[in-house]
Amino acid sequence: MAQSEQEILEGLAEIVNEETGLDTDSVQSDKSFTDDLDIDSLSMMTIVVNAEEKFGVRIPDDEVKNLKTVGDAVSFISKSQS
Amino acid sequence: MTTPAPKGTGTITAPAGATFSRILGVGGYRPERVVWNAELVEAIDSSDEWIQERSGIKSRRFAAKDESVVDMSVAASHEALAMAGLEASAIDAVIVATVTHPFQTPAAAPIVADRLGIQAAAFDISAACAGYCHAISLASDMVRGGSARHVLVIGVEKLSDFTDLNDRGSAFIFGDGAGAAIVGPSDTPAIGPTVWGSDGAQWKAISQRDSWVDVRDQDLGWPAIGMAGQTVFRWAVWGMAPVALKALDAAGVRPEDLDAFIPHQANMRIIDAMIKQLKLPSDIAVARDIADTANTSAASVPLATERMLREGEAPRGGLALQIGFGAGLVYAAQVIVLP
Repeated sequence: MAQSEQEILEGLAEIVNEETGLDTDSVQSDKSFTDDLDIDSLSMMTIVVNAEEKFGVRIPDDEVKNLKTVGDAVSFISKSQS
Repeated sequence: MTTPAPKGTGTITAPAGATFSRILGVGGYRPERVVWNAELVEAIDSSDEWIQERSGIKSRRFAAKDESVVDMSVAASHEALAMAGLEASAIDAVIVATVTHPFQTPAAAPIVADRLGIQAAAFDISAACAGYCHAISLASDMVRGGSARHVLVIGVEKLSDFTDLNDRGSAFIFGDGAGAAIVGPSDTPAIGPTVWGSDGAQWKAISQRDSWVDVRDQDLGWPAIGMAGQTVFRWAVWGMAPVALKALDAAGVRPEDLDAFIPHQANMRIIDAMIKQLKLPSDIAVARDIADTANTSAASVPLATERMLREGEAPRGGLALQIGFGAGLVYAAQVIVLP
């Protein structure tokens, strides 16, 4: 069943926290994964795979580079779920 | 026209092999020149810290200009023979796993054999970073099948010749070196079943950039090896952990029975993530040779093995799970008894 964008954001924040130790509150829609959260490409891939599992979606490798901000990831996951 | 009938007068004598096989000795060769991250950072606008964070690599060895994969193979082979307590004349076959012998033909293996003073069967295999684990599987089957009593297996790379030092994604990853193992008969099972396979649809994930023909016809530059790092990371961690578990299962060994885990030294982050996926008990020694050897492709598993034994990190006679994975994409894993 599709989740609200807020639920996805919270779930994603938990995944980011687990991988990087960053506070869940710092994971906001407008934050850039690389510039604001300092997440490198390998951590990003770990987050992507965990997100796939948690939200039951498929995020192809080619798509990952388009997910610049947390908000980009939330809307991609939301669209994939619907 | 009538179909000819077989004469039926001759019968073939079946080859007689050993019941079991084992690795009798391992050896390694690391080129003299140490290349620290500091030497590479300028060309890729990077830093020692950045490289270490992303790969766990502090330094690597680069072979001398006139030092070939054959030279390195011979050096590692002498060590493996010494550990096995065998003369080169006892070797019936030489298998070299490499992707950086710079001759399309002939293979490196016959030249290595000649340098060892033998005329054994000799051939190369191309399975990139999984080459050594593929060759161990072949060697084990050859010993058990009766086509050889002792097989010299070599994983060797001179990746410095095929690395683009201006490529941010790969310049710091690769290193040079050779590892060798002697596979021979055993009274007890000491090389488990190999779990192996391929995913050729992803062949472009790690590859020589252009074919030799395109290099010639389109006047392209030197075709160094390129890599789609994120794609490889995902495949290596989440694709290979299940393969490692299957190899354990096929050997009838539980994770807690292992003394050592010796994965291909691709990237420290891959090794760490893999351990997490495998949920390996923390008392199992894990090969981390990559820190000062970098990724030596086919040479990485035997070099890491040699080091763990030499430095007493893993016990001789202990059980080790080894897994190779790389360009192809291809992979192979098996449980072995350490020599």
